[in-house]
Amino acid sequence: MRRSADDRVFRITTGMFAAIVLLLVIGIGFELWRQSMLSIDKFGFRFWTGRVWDPVSGEFGALPFIWGTLYSSFLALLLSTPIALGIAIYISELSPGMLRQPLAYLTELLAAIPSIVYGLWGVFVLTPIVRKLELLLPESLRRTPFFSGPPLGVGMGMAAIILSIMVIPFTSSVAREILKNVPIAQREAAYALGATRWEAIKVAIGFGKTGIIGAIMLGLGRALGETMAVTMVIGNNPQISPSLYAPQYTMAAVIANEFTEAADDLYLHALIEIGLLLFIITIFVNFISRFFIWTTKQRMERPA
Amino acid sequence: MSKAWRRKIISAIAEGFCAIAVLLALIPLAMILFYVVKQGFTSLNWAFFTQMPKPVGEAGGGMANAIVGTLILIAIAALLAVPIGCICGIHLAEYPTSKFSSIVRFAADVLNGVPSIVVGMFAYIIAVLPVKRFSAFAGGLALAVLMLPTVVRTTEELLRLVPAGLREGALALGATRTSAVFTVIVPAALPGILTGVLVALARVAGETAPLLFTAFGNRFWSISLRQPIASLTQQVYLYANSAYDDWHRQAWAGAFLLVMIILTLSIIARLSVRRLERMNRP
Repeated sequence: MRRSADDRVFRITTGMFAAIVLLLVIGIGFELWRQSMLSIDKFGFRFWTGRVWDPVSGEFGALPFIWGTLYSSFLALLLSTPIALGIAIYISELSPGMLRQPLAYLTELLAAIPSIVYGLWGVFVLTPIVRKLELLLPESLRRTPFFSGPPLGVGMGMAAIILSIMVIPFTSSVAREILKNVPIAQREAAYALGATRWEAIKVAIGFGKTGIIGAIMLGLGRALGETMAVTMVIGNNPQISPSLYAPQYTMAAVIANEFTEAADDLYLHALIEIGLLLFIITIFVNFISRFFIWTTKQRMERPA
Repeated sequence: MSKAWRRKIISAIAEGFCAIAVLLALIPLAMILFYVVKQGFTSLNWAFFTQMPKPVGEAGGGMANAIVGTLILIAIAALLAVPIGCICGIHLAEYPTSKFSSIVRFAADVLNGVPSIVVGMFAYIIAVLPVKRFSAFAGGLALAVLMLPTVVRTTEELLRLVPAGLREGALALGATRTSAVFTVIVPAALPGILTGVLVALARVAGETAPLLFTAFGNRFWSISLRQPIASLTQQVYLYANSAYDDWHRQAWAGAFLLVMIILTLSIIARLSVRRLERMNRP
């Protein structure tokens, strides 16, 4: 009897600590919502479509920041996805066994470097290089809207490059784990049919497709919320432009730059509303990502 | 060209691309480490560790207050996150299949994906707004929320590695669940859990965004929990954005120090995990 009583106390006490984690997630959402009421009530849907961000006259439209966040993350994924998948395939399928561990460790080291160090390196080392590359671009391309404007180094393209480097380790490590767990029978069947090594790898990728999409979305979640490095290299200019040369702005960057300057409540609430949207988007993206990875793992654990 | 040849060539090209992808990721890593060491190591001197920042534009000085500030911030974070995270991890490991556990596990994953700047906002709302003052405590709170999911998941994973025989032995000897967990199972996994905590601490020591409007930064010496406090990362940010060469130099030195702390901790963690794996092998 003593034992079952102890069991119950143990379960409830530790459960209360576990509930803190749950309450935190709910609490973050609730507090952000509560502290952005002024802006939500005043602007409503206009907040998301407005292009004017003018704290002095109290006019807040967040579209340029939303555009900047989505566009920079999209471009970053465009660059990082092939590289991250290439790394995952190389490490799990192609590399000599001796190199496997060190390479996995080194690529994951990219995730351990603080954002501020990426920013510092971006500002002082990468920006001059990117500016040189921008100057080298042929005139015919410079006339397209994607490369219009003066080559400054800092801007959307630069932010996308830094972001892509930062999300590579997240995508590649999950994709690698998924490839590793694809049942060996899948590849053996391909080889038995006379497939080349690459064709067998394609079969494995096809089998883990959902999970690999999950891995890419995990990277997307990181890119959307990345703050310091992006703030330091994107140019911080709220404009909506497809140009990679144009200095633009992101949701996280405007929060980082303006939050301590928010003198009146409406301004503060408008910034917190941006944070709320960022919270909702990243939760949504992470939810889908985890779900995809989870279902793939479930499928792989089942005997083929 | 025969079809078989074409397929072989495609295979070779694709395999080559994968090898190039690895190089493409290693180049920025090597470049970052190279510059951080080259610019940072040469900028380190005794003054960097012992002196306070000089007024704007004046050369010299150091980051003594920021180094101590970072230590205080991560100490607050650890004090808040480690007990909660470990007990939460114990619950998940003890009741792995309960519905509540899977919800909490999911919540921890969600929390892990929340951008650090949003966590900073949350800490601002609950710890700065009510008292109208930036504080070291608010900064530590933000970092605690950020490290919590890592502590939870490492604790759970490591507890699950503890051989079932240990638990069965303890229970057979008449131990209650509480005493079996705290005197037998947790001690067996303790080295691993500590390593996980160290890694989590190293990660949050490198955070900047959540500190901008919680700890806020401080040019002066302060170790009070109720006052704004300086941190290495924020000092690097401030100096990187300045127009003075000497401040740029110090920014690199700060970055060097940060990277060294993080690399050392992650290497220690890696070695000790390997040792644990060896010990667990029958």
